[in-house]
Amino acid sequence: MRRFLLRLVFVVALPVVLLAVWWLASDDSTDVYWPPLRTILKTFPDVWTAERLRTDAFPSVLRLAAGYATAAVTGVALGTVIGSHRRVRAVCEPVMEFLRAVPPPVLIPVIMLFAGIGDTMKVVVIASGCVWPILLNTVEGVRAVDSVMADTARSYGITGAARLRHVVLRSASPQIFAGLRQGLSIGIILMVISEMFAASSGLGFTVVQFQRGFAIPDMWTGILVLGLLGFLLSVLFQLVERRVLGWYHGLRASTRRSR
Amino acid sequence: MKGANLALGAAGLAVFLALGEAVPRLGLVKEAYFPPTSKIADAFAGELTDSAFWTALGDTLTGWAVGLAVAACAGIVAGVVISVVPYLREATASTIEFLRPIPSVALIPLAVLLYGNELRSVLLLVVYASFWQVLIQTLYGVRDVDPVAEETARSYGLGTWARVRYVLWPTALPYVMTGLRLAAAVALILTVTAELVIGSPGLGARIGIAQNSQAVPDMYALIVVTGLLGLLINVGARSVERRALAWHQSVRGEVTV
Amino acid sequence: MLDVRGLKKVYEGSGRRVEAVRDLTFTVGAGELVCLVGPSGCGKTTLLKCVGGLLAPTAGEVLLEGRQVTGPPPAMAFVFQEYGRSLFPWMRVRENVELPLKQKNLAKDRRRELVADALRSVDLADAAGAYPWQLSGGMQQRVAIARALAYEPRVLLMDEPFAAVDAQTRADLEDLVRRLWRERAITILFVTHDIDEAVYLGERVVVLSASPTVVQEQLKVDLPDERDQLHTRVAPRFAELRTHVYEQIQAAKRGGGTTKSDAPQPL
Repeated sequence: MRRFLLRLVFVVALPVVLLAVWWLASDDSTDVYWPPLRTILKTFPDVWTAERLRTDAFPSVLRLAAGYATAAVTGVALGTVIGSHRRVRAVCEPVMEFLRAVPPPVLIPVIMLFAGIGDTMKVVVIASGCVWPILLNTVEGVRAVDSVMADTARSYGITGAARLRHVVLRSASPQIFAGLRQGLSIGIILMVISEMFAASSGLGFTVVQFQRGFAIPDMWTGILVLGLLGFLLSVLFQLVERRVLGWYHGLRASTRRSR
Repeated sequence: MKGANLALGAAGLAVFLALGEAVPRLGLVKEAYFPPTSKIADAFAGELTDSAFWTALGDTLTGWAVGLAVAACAGIVAGVVISVVPYLREATASTIEFLRPIPSVALIPLAVLLYGNELRSVLLLVVYASFWQVLIQTLYGVRDVDPVAEETARSYGLGTWARVRYVLWPTALPYVMTGLRLAAAVALILTVTAELVIGSPGLGARIGIAQNSQAVPDMYALIVVTGLLGLLINVGARSVERRALAWHQSVRGEVTV
Repeated sequence: MLDVRGLKKVYEGSGRRVEAVRDLTFTVGAGELVCLVGPSGCGKTTLLKCVGGLLAPTAGEVLLEGRQVTGPPPAMAFVFQEYGRSLFPWMRVRENVELPLKQKNLAKDRRRELVADALRSVDLADAAGAYPWQLSGGMQQRVAIARALAYEPRVLLMDEPFAAVDAQTRADLEDLVRRLWRERAITILFVTHDIDEAVYLGERVVVLSASPTVVQEQLKVDLPDERDQLHTRVAPRFAELRTHVYEQIQAAKRGGGTTKSDAPQPL
């Protein structure tokens, strides 16, 4: 019980201190750009009504989900194919290295040419930005399947789909998840940016509208919402990761101990 | 073996470029949207002779380098301090976990209000985004310190500074290098993004101008430039990483964090 | 049961030719326990992989019950030296043992029965729900053996399975192999670099030469069927056999005394 309390103190203490400092330091602020925290929090419920969440937050998240899911499926599927064939990998490597190195937001003008400024454009932008880290990490993970494990699978007749499902993808999963995590943060960036470029709804659009209209406290609430969204998605990701990669963390911990 | 791989890679690149030429020529996509490789190459050559292009490239590189340097110093110092001072790691964990996933682009409106399209706008975003990469890897690296080495150092009466210098830093270095490599890539993304969205001078802004003036081949050429820049940074960072770690028994992969 | 005829394996890559196995011929009778022993680096693993159908021989052939082995046959199971890399760390012990059976399309009840039986045979019934990395090295190798048993092979190939465990565990595992062999009447081909282990375990010991490998000598182990670590290892006959094998291996290392004539192959 005491240990639990101690841990709780550790978790809560610094955030409380920081918020208190922000609160006190900004309390009598007259600087228009740095409104008092009190004002921001008071504005929050007025700005982020259920209606606004439905019309702005929900479409943003939906587009992110669609683009991210597309990227995950494509990246893992292509990565598995490329990773399991040495020649294919050699052919694709330089092109993939180049495409990965292109900063994803510059794709927005290109994709706008093809897909206009609608939802399709945003989904395509998000997907085409997220796909590279996922693809390249999958290639690495699939390539690095342990030779003894591969021999084991072969000698016990584990081939084809079963080999892919039970051996290759599972053994590459730590790498794949590293790629998925990088992809997620790129996805959130692209979600916001694509809405700042051209949109009539969405979180990025709304926040920029507030800024252009000099509704400073409203803008601050928007920044808070984006921060919260990033945090929540990261928590969600960790929950999934801990479930899928539980074995990997256990394995790492056990080799660390025995070292 | 290596030669064969190189040849295959070159072949892949050639096919990629040839497809880029053939697809619009055959009318599979509109040439106005997707100019053939040769036109992009022309535009690219045109850019190279334009002094404004070189200024833009310089601006982008300045934003990238300054932002990365600030983030790297801050990240390493913060990481080491948090690890060395007792209880600081436990106390900061929740805050770091909360602040890290906040998308840096959420700060764009604030940056615009505070600094307009000055370099400082770019730096705000770049530093915020790259700082976490360095900090997290540094923290992981320090945690990887072998307890036996640490106890040995303690039992021989090494002070805090000596322990940091001789035990903690060498162990953490591989992780720090990984953090720097990731941060370098992230910094470029954010530099170009800030220029594109806010309009701070640089390659990103130039892409924006090309887009608005319907100069499609130039837009593609500039995108290729950013890609080449990114490639150069990746390759450079990786070779620095490898050289710095030549002594290390295993040049290790990234941590899944 | 198992016929190896004129087996030859040459690795080729980046302009270099390495002749790992030159010309090997031996047979393993049904229900026999044969140990292959040879100096380290003599291509034992290569040989076993060719027998198991994991590598295609350059020349010669491997026959299992009269049929040529071209890929891993379902009647054979393999136990690898590197147990840590051979068990799948993302699966629990039970799932590790069960996966090959799923591939054999066995019914669920039958699979459960085989898994339970195999784990009981290696005294790991309690560990079914654990992950391999939660177990000690010896226990992990027992899981690998259980996986092989559940597969119901007629031939069991073991590639230096106990090279990476400590001496006491090793003695226990050796007795386990003897017991399983006698209980289940499986044919076992056991590769080792340890002379004592080869003599203690085998009904017959095949001594291999240094690489490129040929058969140096075949030796019948005329020790009683009932063997135990305490008495067998101090028996005078054990010492004689062991000395004999040791001398053969020393001769093999020097490259002389080959009992078979083999025409030199130009490289």
